[in-house]
Amino acid sequence: MARLEVLKTYKLYIGGQFPRSESGRYYTPLDQAGNPIANVSLSSKKDLKNAVVAARKAFGAWSERAPFNRGQICYRIAEMLEGRKAQFIDELVKQGYDQTQAEAEVHLAIDRCVYYAGWCDKYQQIFSAVNPVASPHINFSTLVPMGVVGLIAPQKNGLIGLISTVLPCICGGNSCVVLASEKFPLTAITCAEVLATSDLPAGVVNVLTGSEDELVDGFHSHMDINAVVYANGHTENATMLAKGAAVNVKRLFVYDIDFSVESAENPYLIADLQEVKTVWHPIEQVGGATSSY
Amino acid sequence: MTTNNKQMATDFDVNGGWNYAPSPESTKHIQLKPRYELFIGGAFVPPTANRYFDTINPADESVLTQIAYADETDVDLAVTAARKAYTTVWSVISPKERAKYIYRIARIMQEKARELAIVESLDTGKPIRESRDIDIPLACNYFFYYAGWADKLAYAFPNRTVAPLGVAGQIIPWNFPLLMAAWKIAPALATGNTVVLKPAETTPLTAMLLAEIIQEAQLPAGVVNIITGHGDTGAALVNHPDINKIAFTGSTAVGKLIQQAVAGTNKKLTLELGGKSANIVFEDAAIDQAVEGIVNGIFFNQGHVCCAGSRLFVQESVADEVIQKMKDRLASLYVGNPLDKNTDIGAINSKAQFENIQKYIALGTQEGATIYEGPCDLPASGYFIRPTLFTDVAQSSVIAQEEIFGPVLTIQTFRTIDEVIQKANNSPYGLAAGVWTEKGSRIFNLSTQLKAGVIWANTYNKFDPTSPFGGFKESGFGREGGLHGLRGYVELS
Repeated sequence: MARLEVLKTYKLYIGGQFPRSESGRYYTPLDQAGNPIANVSLSSKKDLKNAVVAARKAFGAWSERAPFNRGQICYRIAEMLEGRKAQFIDELVKQGYDQTQAEAEVHLAIDRCVYYAGWCDKYQQIFSAVNPVASPHINFSTLVPMGVVGLIAPQKNGLIGLISTVLPCICGGNSCVVLASEKFPLTAITCAEVLATSDLPAGVVNVLTGSEDELVDGFHSHMDINAVVYANGHTENATMLAKGAAVNVKRLFVYDIDFSVESAENPYLIADLQEVKTVWHPIEQVGGATSSY
Repeated sequence: MTTNNKQMATDFDVNGGWNYAPSPESTKHIQLKPRYELFIGGAFVPPTANRYFDTINPADESVLTQIAYADETDVDLAVTAARKAYTTVWSVISPKERAKYIYRIARIMQEKARELAIVESLDTGKPIRESRDIDIPLACNYFFYYAGWADKLAYAFPNRTVAPLGVAGQIIPWNFPLLMAAWKIAPALATGNTVVLKPAETTPLTAMLLAEIIQEAQLPAGVVNIITGHGDTGAALVNHPDINKIAFTGSTAVGKLIQQAVAGTNKKLTLELGGKSANIVFEDAAIDQAVEGIVNGIFFNQGHVCCAGSRLFVQESVADEVIQKMKDRLASLYVGNPLDKNTDIGAINSKAQFENIQKYIALGTQEGATIYEGPCDLPASGYFIRPTLFTDVAQSSVIAQEEIFGPVLTIQTFRTIDEVIQKANNSPYGLAAGVWTEKGSRIFNLSTQLKAGVIWANTYNKFDPTSPFGGFKESGFGREGGLHGLRGYVELS
């Protein structure tokens, strides 16, 4: 008799663990032919809240990691993705991609991780400034991460949308809760397994699967989410987020970007999720020695 | 008992009579080849004249292995290989792929970090603690950092078209061999240039291990070529007509010769030369931390550091205290086997440098300065010098003006800020300076007034791939490291 395949249970990724939805609910995405692919957790608002708690807990230490160290970890994510390339291609195909499309998307996702790994210790040098104030002060402005970011990844792709929203966020020292594409959840959870084995501290990235329409309200109303990135084209949800965000003056970024092209990457996506902090410090005016030597 | 017995300089026995048991790093897994060839066009090739020279372990004067001696013909082969690789591969592949090659080099270096550290200490005489914790990790990090720039150059130079220069000839010194190789090669590759690197004749080994790593990373043949030899090899590289850029780190005297040699050609030039950096301690400084900083500033890597804090200026009111604490601290320094993890000060890099430092120490005494040598036991063989302080030093003393490049510190005092700024800036060099004070506004006053490329406040000898390094005046021009380090390797239009 042929060997029976062991099927994988696709669960959530919260605080470094892989729990099922606390609600016990699931949904069943279908492949092109209309056949069920897997039973996937249907996250509840309570799952979202749990994920925010995990993200908040991880934020402090992650934001204080040396940018170089964050770069090493983001590069490690690329290494891990590369190692599991075949699985990702396989799952994308299972979810309806053709082979060539799937390969291209996985390659792009790996290279994009490398791209943002490189930015970790560089974006500061592009966006910071020493400000030539007229008084005897040293004055400089730097970028500091916003905190916990809610990400709603694009619906239309399984891996590259997720990578393209998560990487700029964590590269800049934020932690996040990301809602994966409802249609392509398998690769998102496999990607979570990659993150879990890339030296990324637990809780820095938390992955939920489920319905955007159900959870969008939770994203904008949560008082401990500092910013939301909405990368889906759903106008009604974007408007709802925009209105709801005011509850705690959330920063909202609505992206209409096709992340599946190579040019859809840039450091402004990192800078969006940063606050500008300016420091003043006096310069002593003692001593008349000229520096004209 | 151990041979590390200390004669204590003071009544307060800081070691409490304890001795460290020797703790040498094992060299068992290090397999040096009997001889190292030239790395040209992706292959290891013997020098055309079939000449070799020995590389010595300065800690026991034993011969480690033999190194190929490249002449003009070999230099020409290397430049030709670099030109070919530039034209056919490196300037045309996508920046993203370029980045991934450099990341590979960084990763393999990280994997082999311990091996590189041991070989570095064997070849240079520097303490294993330094090669293991500073030289090698930093060298890896420079590759890692610059790898990331390869596909981001448009952000470094907005509104400009960025192009590589072509073939870069790079000549590096013997004090931080692998680190200097990384400082040179990484930004050159990231910006799309190809490289011919010439390591120093006394410390070529880690560069040859790097060549093996580069081969392992499958970097396209000829993108990096490494040719070993003496001064004439370097001169042949500088004078080769098909070089677009010379990057040199070394003495000011040789730097001036190179500047003359490239005059009238289209070769771009960056120079990172000598220094006589001031380390300034104010009366309000945290004195114990300052003492550690002074020790680190001048005795790090046996003082073979271009930015060494070799001129100490102490405010008069705390001079006695600082000098006494320095003497106490010297008594607890271990001078000896570089591979011993307890060692603070290793071997002087070469016989020539050993003699040069001795000459300056004798001169200091002749000039009327007061010498104090740390009461440290020295090994019976090898090139070792005790950590040395000179007090009663005049501003005009040769030992306060010229770069000694050894574990020798001159100590002068000052009363006012004006005075110390004048004294500190009174040097043909301008590489670095240190300021020790608890007053922030004073730090920024000094950092504004001091004529030096790097100012360390309440710290010293700190390096990072994101941070530009380089000097004012006769300490050279151009910067290495950080965003500014890219500028020396690109043509903007």
